[in-house]
Amino acid sequence: MSLFRNPSKDPLWKDEFSVFAGDERYVARRQFTKFLTLASLGMFVGNLWILAKSYFAKKPVYPALVVAEVGEVPVRGVKLFTYPTPQDNCIMVRTGADEYVAYSQKCTHLSCAVYYSERHDRLECPCHQGFFSIRDGSVLQGPPPRALPQIVLEREGGKLIATGVEVNGNG
Amino acid sequence: MASREPVRQQHGLVAIDGAIGIIAILLIVQIWLLSATLEAFLAGHTGPVVPAAIFSGFLFSASVALNAFVDRIDRNSKQS
Repeated sequence: MSLFRNPSKDPLWKDEFSVFAGDERYVARRQFTKFLTLASLGMFVGNLWILAKSYFAKKPVYPALVVAEVGEVPVRGVKLFTYPTPQDNCIMVRTGADEYVAYSQKCTHLSCAVYYSERHDRLECPCHQGFFSIRDGSVLQGPPPRALPQIVLEREGGKLIATGVEVNGNG
Repeated sequence: MASREPVRQQHGLVAIDGAIGIIAILLIVQIWLLSATLEAFLAGHTGPVVPAAIFSGFLFSASVALNAFVDRIDRNSKQS
């Protein structure tokens, strides 16, 4: 099986530029088929490129950053911070007396900033009514395709420290 | 025999048109697959990358097979 045309007895110019109208229709279709197959190869190579990129991708290294003091935020209170870079806005919510969760504030739909709705106990995106669970950041409703990235929080003495970002699965 | 020649050619063209239609559908699926995989990869999800590459390879193989089919019909039309 060959991607390209099998060699024929006729020279190439005779093969590709037939003087017969019937043959000419075949030539046009053959060339179009070849073009579509090469485009298909391009798509396959693109997928292989993504595969190679993901295989050789370096694991990101996240810095440790003090987010807040324990007790600084009241229960059901919120604190905004940036992590891991100053461009990445995050939101921390104190969900219980000794429970804290933090997520990226960027909605996975169109990157609007999500906020905490105390009334519904969930994170809400005001742009397109995308709602996220406060427990794990998963999508409860709306157009967001994925859960919010979760910021890993560790408690060290009286301080809450962000140590990483976890990208959760679907919804 | 001379009167049967155009009919045979016409049948060949119909078969080729069908093959082109199928290749076009496969290509559209591949384009969607690539865009969806890229979107997921850029969002940090590497789960769909391997199955997408395998499926894309399968679709490409199908396109190559159809291309060979078109080639064969083309050759047969010349021999007749």
